[in-house]
Amino acid sequence: MKKESFPHTSPCGSMSEVSDVETSLNWDHIGLKVGLEIHQQLKTERKLFCNCRNTLVEEGPEVIFERRLRPTRSELGEVDVAAYFEWKKGRIYEYHAPLLASCLVEADEEPPHSMNQEAIEIALGVALAMDSKPVDEIHVMRKIVIDGSNTTGFQRTALVSIGGGLEIKGKKYRIQTICVEEDAARKGEEKDERISYVLDRLGIPLIEISTAPDINSPEEAIEVASWIGTLLRMTGKVRRGIGTIRQDLNVSIAGGEKVEIKGVQELEILPKAVSFEAMRQKKLLELKEELYRRGLKKDDIVFSPIDVTLILKSSKSKVVERNLSKTKGKAYAILLRNFKDLLGFELQPNRRFGTELADYARFYGDVKGLFHGDELPGYGITEEEVRKIYDSLGGDIEKDNFILIIDEEEKALKSLKAAIERIKAAFDGVPKETRSILPDGTSKFMRPQPGAARMYPETDIPPIPISDEMLKRAFSLKPPTPGEKKRFYEEALGLNPSLAEQLIGSEQQEMFERLHSRLKGKVDPTTIASLLLVHMVSMKREGIPVDNLNEEQIYESLVLLSEGKITKEGLPELIKLLSERPNAKPIDIAKSSGLLTMGEKEVRDIVKKIISENAKVIEERGERSKSLLMGLIMKELRGKAPGSLVAKLVEEELKSFIQHRS
Amino acid sequence: MKKDINSLLVPGKRVKIRTKNGLSLSGLVLQRYEIFDPNYITLKLDNGYNIGVKVDNILEAEEEIVEERKASGEFVPETLPSEVVSKKKIHIIATGGTIASKIDYVTGGVKPVLKTEELLEMVPELRKIGEISSEILMSIFSENMAPPQWEEIAKRIYQYQQKEPGTGILLTHGTDTLAYTAAALSFALGKLSSPVAVLGSQRSSDRPSSDSAFNLIAASIYASSDICEVAAVMHGETGDSYALAHRGTRVRKMHSSRRDAFQSISSLPIAKIDPFTGNIKVLRSDARKCGNELLDKEIGKPNYKFSDKVSLLKFYPGMPPELIDFLVERGIKGIILEGTGLGHVSEQLIDSIKRATDSGIIVGMTTQCIFGSVNLNVYSTGRLLIKAGVIGLGNMLPETAYVKLSWALGNFGYEEAKRILLENIAGEYEERELPSYFPMWKHE
Ligand SMILES: [Zn+2]
Repeated sequence: MKKESFPHTSPCGSMSEVSDVETSLNWDHIGLKVGLEIHQQLKTERKLFCNCRNTLVEEGPEVIFERRLRPTRSELGEVDVAAYFEWKKGRIYEYHAPLLASCLVEADEEPPHSMNQEAIEIALGVALAMDSKPVDEIHVMRKIVIDGSNTTGFQRTALVSIGGGLEIKGKKYRIQTICVEEDAARKGEEKDERISYVLDRLGIPLIEISTAPDINSPEEAIEVASWIGTLLRMTGKVRRGIGTIRQDLNVSIAGGEKVEIKGVQELEILPKAVSFEAMRQKKLLELKEELYRRGLKKDDIVFSPIDVTLILKSSKSKVVERNLSKTKGKAYAILLRNFKDLLGFELQPNRRFGTELADYARFYGDVKGLFHGDELPGYGITEEEVRKIYDSLGGDIEKDNFILIIDEEEKALKSLKAAIERIKAAFDGVPKETRSILPDGTSKFMRPQPGAARMYPETDIPPIPISDEMLKRAFSLKPPTPGEKKRFYEEALGLNPSLAEQLIGSEQQEMFERLHSRLKGKVDPTTIASLLLVHMVSMKREGIPVDNLNEEQIYESLVLLSEGKITKEGLPELIKLLSERPNAKPIDIAKSSGLLTMGEKEVRDIVKKIISENAKVIEERGERSKSLLMGLIMKELRGKAPGSLVAKLVEEELKSFIQHRS
Repeated sequence: MKKDINSLLVPGKRVKIRTKNGLSLSGLVLQRYEIFDPNYITLKLDNGYNIGVKVDNILEAEEEIVEERKASGEFVPETLPSEVVSKKKIHIIATGGTIASKIDYVTGGVKPVLKTEELLEMVPELRKIGEISSEILMSIFSENMAPPQWEEIAKRIYQYQQKEPGTGILLTHGTDTLAYTAAALSFALGKLSSPVAVLGSQRSSDRPSSDSAFNLIAASIYASSDICEVAAVMHGETGDSYALAHRGTRVRKMHSSRRDAFQSISSLPIAKIDPFTGNIKVLRSDARKCGNELLDKEIGKPNYKFSDKVSLLKFYPGMPPELIDFLVERGIKGIILEGTGLGHVSEQLIDSIKRATDSGIIVGMTTQCIFGSVNLNVYSTGRLLIKAGVIGLGNMLPETAYVKLSWALGNFGYEEAKRILLENIAGEYEERELPSYFPMWKHE
């Protein structure tokens, strides 16, 4: 793709380069405001509205069926734009229903059962931790979602609490709402008008936490997201792994618009998503300015397609050929006067204004793409053909621009119309859109923002009053805030600050808590934490299969340590050996590999042996040979005796050896 | 002060509320269902969510005036001028339930679409199938249907077909007793001169996944076909792939909620319909073709009366004979029994049954096994029942037998009714039951 950036052709233009925006944007200055919507799967026994297990399955028997969805109408006859276009495209959804993790409820063949109490109580517990106020009575709603990810055509969601907030580095961030909702089906393949989904994920309970737009920089966004993520994990009641937590965000800058970005799965993408969107809005504002600077007006942009099929009829371009060979395949172009270089203008890395137009064309007209003058000649379309297009449109190749769509006549015209509408919207700056995240942190147009009104009551489930008993149980599930927990680890358990920090929100935290409480203080918390977070993590890095270990083996190993049967030094060694023999008993492995501690007499014998072997050195160095001897003995013992004992015995034996000699 | 609050907390008012636990809420007060706890109000918040607020928890409330917000991302699709491809006429008669509806997204209220034009806007595919007209005959829940309604429906269909010959009829119906009505029409309308499709929906039409448009399209295809039978037209399987037209006398609702709940029992559907291509594949060689009505001697004024003096009784272990005595005392004229297995009841009941038949009550036997036929000759209890005057009804479905006896007694005398009960007049007896008619249950 040709990279033409705007400033070259507009010497007096003030438009900045994409590359430096990322580093040079002053977030306060541009008035960045970000709100987060965090969705986290809850680890309940059952799904939210049925008795299926809360789990994903990769194999086992499944039933496959096909469905279509039809947009519903409001009283005024209105339909949701996205829903309407999905239906128009003749979408077929192919559902894979694994029998191990879905039933008639997921298949939309049975009304939902009553809502999972456990899920509500976990959400209430989280609400209490953030000082968010529970509502008096929960009403389950249906939120229209018609991309096929919900077999019903809506997602069931319920508001559980309102308000509250959190504080990081002295700054307060408000919480707007906390909801419990059902997760959508897992998307599989997409081929033409057919999309497949797996139903195991459908109905898994999610907690949704929405913050107010109080976040003012990409760094804050990641801080707030991690804080909330950590809090959620500290309930011990959330699922872990890829896809179990997802963030949506809304981003605006001064003069811009609140744009929603959906589907951020990895935390690292979050700051990028924020800055790229801020950049995109800034660029769109610059584009707007430039349009006015060039003396262009919204009314100049008219839908006046010209048939250029004849010019491209014998084109060697593969794309052109393919599309023209369709029945009723036509090429239509629209001239854009004085638009040179504006369509190639970059809004995000590798995403130009022309890319946005193409996304609109795809959404509204169901075409594969759109060409514009700033990227042609290219894609097999020759300079000669471009010149002819300009000629037939009556345009000036130096100053003007055009958009071109080649497809079935009706689709081509419909999508050109959508592109023209998008160009018109550029005169107002930033359109109100819902966008979906791309892997590199940029985003693409998904749909116009849906109305808040697309939500109506789930009449199959009566309202659920929040009782005192529920609140009591919620209170017992209330997680400490990350700050409170860190203080507890440091002050009550004596972990050092870095270990405490590492432990909080980590995957090992729950196991640490369980082990610590089962061992009842017989093993120092620091020993447990460093086994899990330091030794085992570095073993894993070395390729030792520590994931094979079960918690019971780790527990028993720690018990051996507490009983003095192995040493602190021998513990990592034992763990290492156990991970290669997942079903073995720690005591057996310790025995067979000689990790059991020796009695004082045995150790003393070894000490004596080493001393007599090194008599010469001792004669030369006297007492100073102690550290050398320690090293040799410890090596020989390989963790079979605690260092303190060895030191004591070396001291005694060395003294008596020297006395003896002299 | 409290009194003021209450006057504000009425459905339709926009209010701003402060609660005792420190929440500040604004939204629209909605109507609550009567079965909900009256100590709460339902509030629709600006973010679209509904919540319940305990009236006791409300500290203060004031009315709020807010401009209507226009939701973005919504539009009214333009409807294309009707391009009727086929000249076939289809008339929709609604009896209840909603085949098409619009949602009031604010209150959650669902309003049935009543006008033909609106219906065509929502299911534009119908335009391609035929020229559609519609009417609302009645508006009752399926479970409240009874013989008088069957009579009214049959009469209306007959009248319409007299006035507009050749028009295919779509009868929309709640699904619970849809099969009974389909059977009733099969008997009452006699030999048809145009197709009659009875249809309903298992997922309400206010949701995107509703099966109502699918069934409506499929039924319209059936109604414009040349099969002159009363058929229940519904989803064929759980997916949106094909619909089935079931003979009205052999169809039964076999599941409380699945889309494909309606199936032909110990039988084969009349036709398989692809609503997307419009293809209709006839599955039965004995499907009655239209155009033969002049040859049929029986054609003429149908017999659409139904007797309400018929009862359907399911035998169960321990059933007391007094239940039958009671019906006899109440002046019943016909009883359909749902016996066990091949058509049995306990010996205890036989005397009562005998007394009933002796007093001129027609007693028919069907099987509660649903699948299969009764046979009173195999075991001694069966033979005793024959002696007591019970008529074995072969593989006629219990519900169909009930409807048939009600129809027979409504239009004919005792002897004639008895004779008709055993005659196969609308495909209610499946003459050959094939091994493939029993569903293949999956066990692994
Ligand atoms: Zn389920």
